[in-house]
Amino acid sequence: MIEEKRIGVFICRCGNNIGDVVDVPYLVDEIKSIPEVVYTEENYYTCSEEGLNSIKNMIYEKNLNRVIVAACTPRTHEWLFQKVCEEAGLNKYLFEFVNIREQCSWIHSTEKEKATEKAKNLIKMGISKAKLLKPLKDIRSEIYPSALIIGCGIAGITAALNLANQGIQVHIVEKENICGGLLTEINKLYQTSLPASNFLDEKIKNLIKNRNINIHLKSQVKDVSGYIGNFEVLIQNEKKIKTIKAGVIIVATGALELKPYGLYKYKEIDGVITQLELEKMLKYNSFKAESVVVINCVGARNEVRGYCGRICCITSLKNSIIIKEMNPDTEVYILYRDIMAYGRELENYYKKARKIGINFIKYSPDNLPEISLNEETIDVYVLNEITGKGINLQVDYVILTTPLIPADDNTELSKKLKVPLTNDGFYLEAHQKLRPVEFANEGIYLCGTARYPSNITETVLQAYAAASKASIPVKKGYVETSGNIAYCDEELCSGCGNCFFVCPFEAISIKKDAENKTKPEIIGIKCRCCGLCVSVCPDGAMQQNSFSDKQILSMIKTMDE
Amino acid sequence: MEKKDFEPQILVFACNWCSYAGADLAGISRLQMPVNFRLIRVMCSGRVKPELVVKALTSGVDGVLILGCHPGECHYLNGNYYTRRRGIILKSLLEYMGIESSRFKIGWVSASEGYKFSEIVKEFVKEIKDIGPLNL
Ligand code: SF4
Ligand code: SF4
Ligand code: FES
Repeated sequence: MIEEKRIGVFICRCGNNIGDVVDVPYLVDEIKSIPEVVYTEENYYTCSEEGLNSIKNMIYEKNLNRVIVAACTPRTHEWLFQKVCEEAGLNKYLFEFVNIREQCSWIHSTEKEKATEKAKNLIKMGISKAKLLKPLKDIRSEIYPSALIIGCGIAGITAALNLANQGIQVHIVEKENICGGLLTEINKLYQTSLPASNFLDEKIKNLIKNRNINIHLKSQVKDVSGYIGNFEVLIQNEKKIKTIKAGVIIVATGALELKPYGLYKYKEIDGVITQLELEKMLKYNSFKAESVVVINCVGARNEVRGYCGRICCITSLKNSIIIKEMNPDTEVYILYRDIMAYGRELENYYKKARKIGINFIKYSPDNLPEISLNEETIDVYVLNEITGKGINLQVDYVILTTPLIPADDNTELSKKLKVPLTNDGFYLEAHQKLRPVEFANEGIYLCGTARYPSNITETVLQAYAAASKASIPVKKGYVETSGNIAYCDEELCSGCGNCFFVCPFEAISIKKDAENKTKPEIIGIKCRCCGLCVSVCPDGAMQQNSFSDKQILSMIKTMDE
Repeated sequence: MEKKDFEPQILVFACNWCSYAGADLAGISRLQMPVNFRLIRVMCSGRVKPELVVKALTSGVDGVLILGCHPGECHYLNGNYYTRRRGIILKSLLEYMGIESSRFKIGWVSASEGYKFSEIVKEFVKEIKDIGPLNL
């Protein structure tokens, strides 16, 4: 019996992201007259509570047996809409996603009419595929009950302790020969004014004591294979290479302080140092000065590095306050572009800096301060942007506040993990708001400054979040992998064995059928849904339910002339 | 049709793991591209049966672009090596059929290469405009 298709199409405006470019009401009008489409609506945000409820209600009310959402990218939202379909009793494989944001409104934002027509066509292509979808069942597999954490800074340590205290085996891979990361170089933490070492030493002690944690120092990740529940990670130290099995992976590789070579005579004049270099001197009590200039936004918010270092303003306040409190007679000048003191506590911190007599001078990026060496002191000339007057200062130290930058090996490691980086070179999470501490690739999580400069509080919060997310599949004990596995139509299969040879995961074995003919047998749990076998089958016998030849061809046929 | 008014229809296949993510990043970065292309997501570039490319070109599409992870980085280990090897044979098959082989192209775009995605697409649209419509 041919099932009657009852298709529901939900078109998302994504606030202004889609709605400002694509004419959504027009799309609704056009789409609703397509045969077998029984319901069409637009949503301000389809992924909002309201949008999701509407999908559920319409599945009941209109008896939908195919649901299409035309919105953003399946890489971030597919699971959500699939879940909603399941909740309303519709098999999640009968859901089809059409991307009209990344694939349309965002990249054709100046050609509104054409973008609208393209969106219409993309939805039609989705409808033609959806008609051919079949219900499938996910496959359950066991999870290897351990976690691998890359990086043993405060993010990695926090995540490790969290997981280990839940009884999960943890491996930490750290390329240096000590634990603690950047924090080992930091003098005091801001606001509390407590030495960073108090806080860090305690954590490291717990880490070493914990029986569930294995620390691999001076080790690097060589290769990563596998998938959620079943990763195999090759790590190498000076002596040997070993394989670690892990169910989940957390990236906590941290970041580096920018060393501003070529700017403000850094490394040319002795007293020109970075904040981190200052921290070290403060920590070992070797810093003495009668006057200092701090320059903020060095190497940040410019053409080379467009981003704001986020935590550097506060770092500059912290160290200036420490210097001033050590010796109230020390003159401290902060040359800034803007002071980013976010939140109530940090705003108070800024006020405190002003109150104790730290001088703030605003400079413009078009008129950078100038540094030159005098006999005993360093001369700084700065044009005060507010008063328009030039100021000459003689100081003992010039402290450059530079942003955190991505670690050197992000590119290499991101390729091994198959996760994306931002244009700036930091790791890119699956979704800023919905999935902020994980990647689109299941089973890999992210926290700390590997993602973006963040302070200790934020880093620790992210580490807790990443650890608790990562513990879900491990605690559950199983993962469900896609049901979109290969299947063979034995009537069509000539038994050539191509599929058996091509499968990268040994997911196909050869059996004899009742008539003693050779036929492939798919081992569902091993199949990773790549579709390679489908592409080499000369008889079209091997197919994949959610990417079948028929579906792809129907999409091609639906493409506009 | 005058070549200069010709708006080709381009089909892009992109693998789920690298190239589709690269396309997402191009979108997030708001990189502007010509509207001519339609993207079909597949799990691996190696899923694209040569037959699909031929069928597309013989049913109104002017150019087909397959994008996958960089060689050595396929999520499924060696899927894109199949893509590459088959691509060579497919090109000669197209010539044999009387279709310019440059109407078919393979490219490697990683998840962090949003810019590269937009450049490849723009370049390919331009190349196909230069070749002109496919009249079989
Ligand atoms: S889809 Fe890929 S993993 Fe599954 S059986 Fe085919 S070749 Fe093997
Ligand atoms: S490739 Fe196709 S015809 Fe050959 S054994 Fe596999 S399913 Fe059968
Ligand atoms: S998964 Fe990208 S080419 Fe195979």
